[in-house]
Amino acid sequence: MDALIALWDGAFGSSYAFWSATLVRTTPLLFVGLGVAIAFRAGILNIGAEGQLLAGAALATAFALLAADWPRPVVVVGMIVAGAVGGALWAGIAALLRHRFGVLEVISTIMLNFVALNLVSWLIRGPLQEPTRVYPQSATLELSGRWPLLIPGQRLHLGFLLGLILAALMWWMLTRTALGFRARAVGAGWRAAVSAGGIDAPRTILWVFLASGACAGLAGASEVGGVTWALYERISPGYGYTAIAVALLARLDARLVVLSALFFGALEAGASAMQRDAGVPAVVVQAIVALVILGVLAITRVQQLLRAHRAVPGAHP
Amino acid sequence: MTTALALRGIDKRFGSTRALEAASCTVRTGTVHALLGENGAGKTTLMRIAFGMLRPDAGTLEVHGAEAHFRTSADAIAAGVGMVHQHFMLVPAMTVAENIALGGRGRFDARQTTAQVEAIGRATGLRIEPARLVRDLQVGAQQRLEIVKALAHDARLLILDEPTGVLTAEETAELYAWLRRFAAQGGTVVLITHKLREALDLADDVTVLRQGRTVLEARTREVTERDVIAALVGERGGTEDPTIAAVVPTAAARTASDAAVVLALHAAHYRDANGIERLADVSLEVRAGEVLGVLGVEGAGQRELLRLLSGRLEPTSGTVTRPASVGFIPEDRLHDALIASFTLTENFALAGAGQRRGLFDWSGFRRGTAAAIAAMDVRATGETAPAWTLSGGNQQKFVVARERAASAQALVVENPTRGLDIRATARVRSEIAARAGHPPAAVVYYSSDIDEVLAVATRVVVCYAGRVHEVARAADPADTTPFTRALMGAF
Repeated sequence: MDALIALWDGAFGSSYAFWSATLVRTTPLLFVGLGVAIAFRAGILNIGAEGQLLAGAALATAFALLAADWPRPVVVVGMIVAGAVGGALWAGIAALLRHRFGVLEVISTIMLNFVALNLVSWLIRGPLQEPTRVYPQSATLELSGRWPLLIPGQRLHLGFLLGLILAALMWWMLTRTALGFRARAVGAGWRAAVSAGGIDAPRTILWVFLASGACAGLAGASEVGGVTWALYERISPGYGYTAIAVALLARLDARLVVLSALFFGALEAGASAMQRDAGVPAVVVQAIVALVILGVLAITRVQQLLRAHRAVPGAHP
Repeated sequence: MTTALALRGIDKRFGSTRALEAASCTVRTGTVHALLGENGAGKTTLMRIAFGMLRPDAGTLEVHGAEAHFRTSADAIAAGVGMVHQHFMLVPAMTVAENIALGGRGRFDARQTTAQVEAIGRATGLRIEPARLVRDLQVGAQQRLEIVKALAHDARLLILDEPTGVLTAEETAELYAWLRRFAAQGGTVVLITHKLREALDLADDVTVLRQGRTVLEARTREVTERDVIAALVGERGGTEDPTIAAVVPTAAARTASDAAVVLALHAAHYRDANGIERLADVSLEVRAGEVLGVLGVEGAGQRELLRLLSGRLEPTSGTVTRPASVGFIPEDRLHDALIASFTLTENFALAGAGQRRGLFDWSGFRRGTAAAIAAMDVRATGETAPAWTLSGGNQQKFVVARERAASAQALVVENPTRGLDIRATARVRSEIAARAGHPPAAVVYYSSDIDEVLAVATRVVVCYAGRVHEVARAADPADTTPFTRALMGAF
């Protein structure tokens, strides 16, 4: 019981808990959740958001370190671009493998997660290692590379605002534009999209895959610029995997991703507090988080099954 | 005589819709029983109850003389009931043999299943290669597989839901002959069909459903076609026969020798992904105002011909002429024409979505959808109804309206009346034929039913082994002999 109270207090108990813990944890989940949602919408099983996040983080760090002397707005915008490009490039490997050779993205993206982790591992012990060459992490970013905070005295940073804008943009794209419609059509009915719609499905898949990777890459840039100010191995505690739960709970709806990212963000923040204040060991915290995710997924799945059951063609007169 | 299947006082509701209301059906052992009714009359629902897929809200079910309470279709299969669904229940990524072994117990013995498939093929004429992947089979072959699958599970009572919709005339005749033999050997057949005449010729007994109620139960030799039509459509339909004859004069009267050529192929070849030549050296022209009828047995090349003409495939060599947009109504509408989870408006917007750029004009699409619904009398709860909530006939009417709106110049259709009831068939057929009228468009019409093609076409070509031949009609325009011969390669 104490543990649950600690969980709640850690997430919503104070203004600091909400603005500096919960929302800060929400931010990366928002980006990766959107990335996974758009991919799943188009029928792409991109489970490599973790690797794409790391690729985005690495490229954004490299840019911020190289351009440290430039004006802050230029560096911050450059990091955003670098993050998106890094994520898109990493997703692009899997996208190209599928496009050219028909390699299943489920396998390629998850394998690329491990490659990305090891790549970061090498970067922070090699080209990007901090100048003293002692710690396995990059140099701390200069002020120019640190993202502006949104509220004085709180840790909430520009990334959260960007995430909200991205959610709105994605919702608008999916519902209002030809590009978004094509993505949804390919995901919901590949054959009809090709035959009745004349849609170039492989090309659509390629673009959506890149966009999905870009979203995840932005999460990496946002973590580096807004939270850690440096690149290191454990920069993501599995955000890229939680993202799948975030996207599924939101039923792949960009608007709902905001709420579901907040839910998981609160859970992560509360779990840390639970560990700290109630002395519940880290393993138990993780197990509880995993159980909540499983429960949420099970409920979502049951709802899907119910819908699918009702959707049996001809079962309805 | 014993009863193989007796359904009594069956009620079934789906939400607020009453699908069946005190419906009944009694099938005698060793007979072929036709179950007739318009789309949405409840035929499929009633038979799904007999097959254990649905449970009735009220009423009793008796199979082979014993009261049955099927919890799943596995119980029904164990009781010797087999069902061949209109929408195939196959796993595309598996082979024919694996699909047949599905639902069995113990180890999968490929050799034994293969032998079984071949034995059934020999006994029934329903030949099918056991090692082929189902996704590589064409629709007709998938249909055959469904029947073979039921037989492989030792079904003594076979329920077939619209089995001949995609079969050619010879395949249909072969199937019907086999169904008669199956019944003569003590098996029992329930045939859900829209093909009234064939049903009356083939079946011993007939049951007619209308709006969920049983309105006629009779021996077929004791009723006339007119009685059955009256039962099917009720008071609304009057006594006129809304079948093929109505369309013939309008189409046959038109000739368009000086009209513009809208669709043309010149020395076109098409090879599929496996390098097999599906079409060889095809040249043909279709002018505005023409309805070009296309015939062909399965795999003769008509599938590819229609897709070249409609722009869904490009020729491997040779040239093709067609307008920027060609309306296309594919045979498998649930997979190729509609996205089941999308609303009607979204499905309307799907046509030509590959060419659109920028913002979507949803209010325009909504107006177009409303117009399409009104034009073809599509029964739906509105423009936002998901496509899967519509019955097959209404889905097809919607597709026809959409494709007509998509192109003013050309329309290519493939088995457009498959699985539709007589009223919807007449509507769809006459709407497509009328498309050649004002403004004049080029129409290409393929059907596996020769009578249907002859009824609407101004000119007929027959595909045989990848080549396309024009075949002239006999002196009697309804005489199918020259076409039947051509389908078998005798020109």
